[in-house]
Amino acid sequence: MSKTDLTRRSVLRTGAVAGAGLALPTIFTSGASAFTNEPMGGTVTLGFNVPQSGAYADEGADELRAYQLAVEHLNGEGDGGMLNTFSSKVLEGNGIMGKKVEYVTGDTQTKSDAARASAKSMIEKDGAVMITGGSSSGVAVAVQGLCQEAGVIFMAGLTHSNDTTGKDKKANGFRHFFNAYMSGAALAPVLAARYGADRKAYHLTADYTWGWTQEESIAAATEALGWQTVNKVRTPLGAGDFSSYITPVLQTDADVLILNHYGGDMVNSLTNAVQFGLREKMVNGKNFEIVVPLFSRLMARGAGENIKGILGSTNWHWSLTDAGSQAFVKSFGTKYGFPPSQAAHTCYVQTLLYADAVARAGSFNPCAVVEALEGFEFDGLGNGPTLYRAEDHQCFKDVLVVRGKENPTSEFDLLEVVEVTPAAQVTYAPDHPMFAGGALGACNAG
Amino acid sequence: METILLQLLNGLDKGSAYALIALGLTLIFGTLGVVNFAHGAIFMIGAFCAVTLSKLLNLSFETIDPEKVDFLGNPAKIKTPYVEAWFGPDFGHALIDWSVPLAILFSIPIMIAVGFAMERGLIKHFYKRPHADQILVTFGLAIVLQEVIKYFYGANPISTPAPDAFKGSFDFGAMLGFDPNMIIYPYWRLIYFGFAALVIGAVFSFLQFTTFGMVVRAGMADRETVGLLGINIDRRFTIMFGLAAAVAGVAGVMYAPILSPNYHMGMDFLVLCFVVVVVGGMGSLPGAVAAGFLLGILESFSSMNAVKSLLPGIDQIIIYVVAIVILLTRPRGLMGKKGVMEE
Repeated sequence: MSKTDLTRRSVLRTGAVAGAGLALPTIFTSGASAFTNEPMGGTVTLGFNVPQSGAYADEGADELRAYQLAVEHLNGEGDGGMLNTFSSKVLEGNGIMGKKVEYVTGDTQTKSDAARASAKSMIEKDGAVMITGGSSSGVAVAVQGLCQEAGVIFMAGLTHSNDTTGKDKKANGFRHFFNAYMSGAALAPVLAARYGADRKAYHLTADYTWGWTQEESIAAATEALGWQTVNKVRTPLGAGDFSSYITPVLQTDADVLILNHYGGDMVNSLTNAVQFGLREKMVNGKNFEIVVPLFSRLMARGAGENIKGILGSTNWHWSLTDAGSQAFVKSFGTKYGFPPSQAAHTCYVQTLLYADAVARAGSFNPCAVVEALEGFEFDGLGNGPTLYRAEDHQCFKDVLVVRGKENPTSEFDLLEVVEVTPAAQVTYAPDHPMFAGGALGACNAG
Repeated sequence: METILLQLLNGLDKGSAYALIALGLTLIFGTLGVVNFAHGAIFMIGAFCAVTLSKLLNLSFETIDPEKVDFLGNPAKIKTPYVEAWFGPDFGHALIDWSVPLAILFSIPIMIAVGFAMERGLIKHFYKRPHADQILVTFGLAIVLQEVIKYFYGANPISTPAPDAFKGSFDFGAMLGFDPNMIIYPYWRLIYFGFAALVIGAVFSFLQFTTFGMVVRAGMADRETVGLLGINIDRRFTIMFGLAAAVAGVAGVMYAPILSPNYHMGMDFLVLCFVVVVVGGMGSLPGAVAAGFLLGILESFSSMNAVKSLLPGIDQIIIYVVAIVILLTRPRGLMGKKGVMEE
């Protein structure tokens, strides 16, 4: 029988030494970096997470163009674009706080799990200090949650669901793009003015988070002005042929069809509705009307002539004549040969806003950036005077009501702005029921 | 009553597309024994033949109009299609307007060539491999084809309208004594239904009444015996692959005005059409056509608000529910033959 010298005291001593040894690298690491991916050298890396494959790949490509342009301008290349018109003047074209801006890209594939995986990779492997982009609310909510956990800033791209800055809002996440509530608040008065207050609306709605919040927002806004909602029908995402959902509309006394669809679904449902002669139909002694609350010029091209005369809303349009919009269109158009989309605009602006916040805060620390962005008021970025509200990290600015142009002069000239709805009209209380159920929580620096 | 009539028309319309694709799938399976998951991609390529011809006819030269400016404030470039310059504005415009019907002629040789290339270049190497291998390779081919299309045409749908003459709707309601505008149906969808019936009739007639068709049918029943008679059945089957590709291709061309073509439209149809083939009975041509129309009609009726309020979500699963019921009660499908995929 062998004898061992194992005593309680020796086990404790060995454990303490081993524990200290294991903890040593972590202590050194945390001492070296105050927050996740603190830029150490002469560069800073941003992560552009956009759909590069899948149904929104064209929108993603336009977002990426805008990001590349923003990086050029931040690094002092090109004509400076909106840096020249931005009300904040701390960015000097020498990168961000003197560090040259570099970037990595990820492919969201417009799938939440793929988007999270690509964002995680950019944060953990490439050292991205900020993640931005996306063309879907499902993706935005998923990546925003990841960035909150990882301790980096998320500057959302195109996401229109109320939930992004409502029940799913996070302290590290910021949205410049408008939302479904704002679409309803901007659109409803124009609809009532043009089509009358005595209307019966039939909703076809994409069956996921964005569709639900848009349906709720538009129905509430139109009902408040006297419209009746006859029916709300949910349609599967990517239904293809919508004829079997369109034909029941003919059997009701509805005189307005509201298509809460985006992307390919919007193209198909609108095309089907026009094919079935809804626009020539007379109901209740009135012309039948179709409304597409969220318009995208890139998507509208797929619907061709069917969008003519159709009312909707949009975050920004290249035909705006303010100095910021013109500067951006000139930079983008000269570089790429065509005007930017609203997705490109919001992504470009988000990059500038992040860089500006870092420069004003004097730090890349996410909590300092959050503080700099909260309550920040700015102008010169294409939407007029804008507020990044502290309570929910949502931008409040004018909203455009647009209409499919009857006589387009070019393949880009598809929409015309019929009204610029002032920010005050689309502003809501932070505790509005449509945005209830979530909390920003505390910022996380990693 | 009006709702039922409208959904019946919708079902016939959807069923036309299902039947045309499933017919090609069954032809390939019946003749070559290959489970071709790339068949939806062939339908998609057909739709893009319509897009391509439309783009070709719209090829334009540019002239500067000093009185107008573009979005950057430079003198605007005015585009004039070459066909309008060559053949006069009226005839040139008519050619562009009729690009979809013209694309049928344009697509047939292209689709036959695509079919031959697929069969000779790839699929023939998998004839004697298990069905799982065939499914994997054809599914991979489908993904490659759709990515190629996306590379050249982008990810967004591309509007490809029907000729102006067919843009309106036919008022069945007025004809049947209902109120006007209660049962209206777009002309182009009616044309699609008629076109599908014509193509299906032509394929059946070709197989039934020609010597070539007779040999193919004999080969489908007993390939070995036909080969022993000195007939090169493989060559005929390759031709049938080309024919099946042409059928799916023209189905795609005519569908372009109904749904703006996009690169993944083939995948959207593929799974449904496989269910159609299984429900109809593997290898049965009449079964594929009958199941195509049946499932199209059932899918349409399941989208009715009254049905959805009773069974929420039924519109998304009806086809698969029917498939399960049919496979449980008639494992060979509606018109399946003994011995097909049962070895």
